[in-house]
Amino acid sequence: MAKLASELAKTPRKSVSLNMKNDPKITIDIPQCSKGHSSSDKSQLKNNDKSEFLSTAPRGLRKRLIVPRSHSDSESEYSASNSEDDEGVAQEYEEDTNEDILSQKIQAQNREVSAPVFRETPSKKMKREKTSHLVEKYFEAHSSSKVLTSDRTLQKLKRAKLDQQTLHNLLSKVSPSFSAELKQLNQQHEQLFHKWMLQLHLGFNIVLYGLGSKRDLLERFRTTMLQDCIHIVINGFFPGISVKSVLNSVTEVLDHVGTFRSVLDQLEWITNKFKEDSSLELFLLIHNLDSQMLRGDKSQQIIGQLSSLRNIYLIASIDHLNAPLMWDHAKQSLYNWLWYETTTYSHYTEETSYENSLLVKQSGSLPLSSLIHVLRSLTPNARGIFRLLIKYQLDNQDNPSYTGLCFQDFYQQCREAFLVNSDLTLRAQLTEFRDHKLIRTKKGTDGVEYLLIPVDNGILTDFLENEEEEL
Amino acid sequence: MATSSVSKGCFVFKPNFKKRKISVPIEDYFNKGKNASEDSKLRFETYQLIWQQMKSETERLQEELNKNLFDSLVEFLQTSHSGLWKNSKDWSCEIKLREIPTAALVLGVNVTDHDLTLRSLTEVLQNNVTPYVVSLQAKDCPDMKHFLQKLVSQLMDCKVDVQSKEKESVQVIQKNVHYSMDSLSAWYMSVTQKTDPKMPRKKRTSSSQWQSPPVVLILKDMESFTTKVLQDFIIISSQHLHEFPLILIFGIATSPVVIHRLLPHAVSSLLCIELFQSLSCKEHLTTVLDKLLLTTQFPFKLSEKVLQILTNIFLYHDFSIQNFIKGLQLSLLEHFYSQPLSVLCCNLPEAKRRIRFLSANQCENIRRLPSFRRYVEKQSSEKQVALLTSDKFLKEETQSLLENLHVYHKNYFLVLRCLHQFTSSLPKYPLGRQIRELYCMCLEKNIWDSEEYASVLQLLRLLAKDELMAMLQNCFKLFQSSSGKELGNTAKKIEEFLAQFQSLDAETKEEEDTSQSQSKGLQKTDLYHLQKSLLEMKELRSTSKRQTKFEVLREQVVSFVDSLVREYLLPPDTQPLHETLYFSSAHTLRQHLNAAPRIALHTALNNPYYYLKNEALRSEEGCIPNVAPDICIAYKLHLECSRLINLVDWSEAFATVVTAAEKMDANSVTSEERNEIIHLQCSVY
Repeated sequence: MAKLASELAKTPRKSVSLNMKNDPKITIDIPQCSKGHSSSDKSQLKNNDKSEFLSTAPRGLRKRLIVPRSHSDSESEYSASNSEDDEGVAQEYEEDTNEDILSQKIQAQNREVSAPVFRETPSKKMKREKTSHLVEKYFEAHSSSKVLTSDRTLQKLKRAKLDQQTLHNLLSKVSPSFSAELKQLNQQHEQLFHKWMLQLHLGFNIVLYGLGSKRDLLERFRTTMLQDCIHIVINGFFPGISVKSVLNSVTEVLDHVGTFRSVLDQLEWITNKFKEDSSLELFLLIHNLDSQMLRGDKSQQIIGQLSSLRNIYLIASIDHLNAPLMWDHAKQSLYNWLWYETTTYSHYTEETSYENSLLVKQSGSLPLSSLIHVLRSLTPNARGIFRLLIKYQLDNQDNPSYTGLCFQDFYQQCREAFLVNSDLTLRAQLTEFRDHKLIRTKKGTDGVEYLLIPVDNGILTDFLENEEEEL
Repeated sequence: MATSSVSKGCFVFKPNFKKRKISVPIEDYFNKGKNASEDSKLRFETYQLIWQQMKSETERLQEELNKNLFDSLVEFLQTSHSGLWKNSKDWSCEIKLREIPTAALVLGVNVTDHDLTLRSLTEVLQNNVTPYVVSLQAKDCPDMKHFLQKLVSQLMDCKVDVQSKEKESVQVIQKNVHYSMDSLSAWYMSVTQKTDPKMPRKKRTSSSQWQSPPVVLILKDMESFTTKVLQDFIIISSQHLHEFPLILIFGIATSPVVIHRLLPHAVSSLLCIELFQSLSCKEHLTTVLDKLLLTTQFPFKLSEKVLQILTNIFLYHDFSIQNFIKGLQLSLLEHFYSQPLSVLCCNLPEAKRRIRFLSANQCENIRRLPSFRRYVEKQSSEKQVALLTSDKFLKEETQSLLENLHVYHKNYFLVLRCLHQFTSSLPKYPLGRQIRELYCMCLEKNIWDSEEYASVLQLLRLLAKDELMAMLQNCFKLFQSSSGKELGNTAKKIEEFLAQFQSLDAETKEEEDTSQSQSKGLQKTDLYHLQKSLLEMKELRSTSKRQTKFEVLREQVVSFVDSLVREYLLPPDTQPLHETLYFSSAHTLRQHLNAAPRIALHTALNNPYYYLKNEALRSEEGCIPNVAPDICIAYKLHLECSRLINLVDWSEAFATVVTAAEKMDANSVTSEERNEIIHLQCSVY
């Protein structure tokens, strides 16, 4: 099967074509095969990663498989995934078994998979052929309320999660491509600095848009042009930012002592201050004016009113596709924008630093290590009690109405495992856990106490594995 | 970096005081941007001068246009409350006592211009009617409490700037007082009684004719007020009307019907509404264009494309004069910033003086102008050499060319207006109803080559006499009003035409008489003679149909107009040195005023070659070069899915594409992780 796939996929294709669907039947077949292989290959890779290349045999295999994989069509992966829904789970399970079965399985699956795909595709194919029919595409995408995606999840992808630090290190090793072109692009933007200053002084405000982080650009603008001016830098992407804090920093510039009753009062005070003293000049640099915290109507109104002052100069960046929708005509006239396109292609590293990635091991490490630490300090009996609870919870993880383990049942189980001898000792142990926030008790509707571990199931599994290794 | 922190989002940078005082003059930014720019200081000064002139001109226009409206409003306000104080026991007055006089001011949809209009209205009212003018916006008044609070505080402010600061303490106390209509009217009583004895005040002389001036409340955006607040306020204040003379002014953007939609009959019957209509914004635009661009007063001109963009933004986006003027300002700035020869964009004597001081570099700039090159090519060979080698000769030539350009403009606008007189009332408006459309067409190309122009001539040939005469009259007035020597002849010629038309009147009458007498002579003849004479008459008629005197004259007028157009309405790019006066970079204007972030993002993601000029990125439609920036690949892959995307599939597809190029498995981990980060940003989009 792998041979067949590699043979079929040997047609050299450096860049991956998008309109695969237009090609004759045979091309659809290839991705189907390679799809199967790519996933099998994936699993192989995963195993490799995990087991540190314990066996050498898969290596050769991998080499063989890498060919179709590199040429595999990306689109078919999704169209296939629709029909794969029912088999996905089975496949995942099978993947861990040995290779012969796998290829057989795939062969069988291909037959199964291709049938539903062809049932679907004729209509799809027709539509795709006329690429101009964007409207139809739109309705196609929005027609069925049920959206089909494959049910593969990140959890099942058994790659070891990296923590933030390792990720950072890895990323820093990757050299950016097209650095010369990017530099040129940046230089083009930097030539505009003087013009920006001029236009800011003449009563316009400047808004930057385009792909890529504009933070560095604005930072360079700040360091080259604004060293001798009063200026405020506002990180709109900061999760705790608010208009109030913006206004506060403005009043800080004006050496105001005291508080204001409301934001509007503060704004009025600032307005008066700036109108009185025409020699006062203030530059406002706002990164991501369209951020979650600042995009509200009121915030925009206030910032707009600030920017409409003659001696406050605003230069801001926006990233959201629909950011201009924030401003109606009234606000636009307040802002008096001049638009500048500054596509930089730089990464949004700083801006996204407050976000979490699903693939990065986040909080996971903390509860796990604390779990281990707490449990280590306990008696073997207590550990056993806790393990019982974990197991019970994991057994019930697919039960959506699972509310926790009933105390009486739990007591019974613990007794059977010779872990406690009385109700009271169990309660004493539980108090220990509760103090460390490892369990939560809840009174059910029938007045019975239910015990629950408020920790992610994945972590619990990891913990159990860990325990077993130690044993 | 100094501006990243996990604990705060605002960073204040305040250089120490001494440093701060050395502020850089704005001109510096003007010239530093371009290293080898010439006369930048002079250019900047010219820019500021022209812009100031334009600005004051527009303000003057605005005032003028609003004058009528304001006058009638003031009159209405002055009369509305006069009945209140006569103490007459008239029945109609009784009724009036319970009605709040209200002016519904229909301002049109150009919301951004309202502010300016209402501000000047406030000023006018404060000067002429009453010191108590309050304007409220819907966003300040979500409920009754805030409404009253705002009203009271603004009223107090009004009072404070009329009176001295001594009242401040009182005001502070009052701020804590519960706001109600009662307290308001009590305050009003106290103020009016207090102010009465100290009558002599400059501003109040006109308003002093009342014992107590009315309070005018302007609701800037009536549509956005919550109905409940409005209703409550109107009901309450109508109860207090006898002690608190209130006048309402509604600013309405849509149509007056909205009042009745917002207020039920019970409430609207408490109002005595009078409707005022402000000038439509299109007329406003026409006036602004007329006074700023279609005039020789300002040397600065816009090219066809730029004008088109500005009017399109106006007509299709916002109807805002403010924005239009902003666009004008930007194009003015861009012109002076980017064109070194814009230094010559000033009035003629000054420009001539400046030509004398042009540097050698600037002379080179002149020689490089495409229009000038074309001009040189047409000259004789000795002159060509002289123009290209001698700066002195070049300067002299430039002076005369510039003079020609100014004369050209003078004639251009006259003839343009004249042509507009002829075309503006034709059926179907082949050359547009507004002069700006005509102007755009004339700027674009030779107007006489266009089909529309031919049809205009056709239509003109069918015009009736009185229409034609009216047009000619108007044109005559136009030419007379301008004291141009060059077109003095045309004025005379038009006058001649008019005289001929008038004499035609008399002649036709005579002709009618003769034909009548002829027909009388026909009466008693035999059949043969009758046939003969009928045939003769028929012939006569058909020849005369082709050649009545009126038709001849009409033909003459049309060809006269045609010759005028051909002579004077040459498009400006045929004129040498037009680059000095015309701003033509429509692209920059559109980029800065009417940007399309969505398109920019899509281009950047879809076609990175557009920005990163690397051959590796060049690709046919629909393909992803696998060396493209990661985010582009991820974007392309995501485009292939419908609404939802499976993250795992996505990142695997991504890894597939990337590794196809890299062939490095170890790296795929990294790429995938990076993809994840990128994805987060994508989800923000």
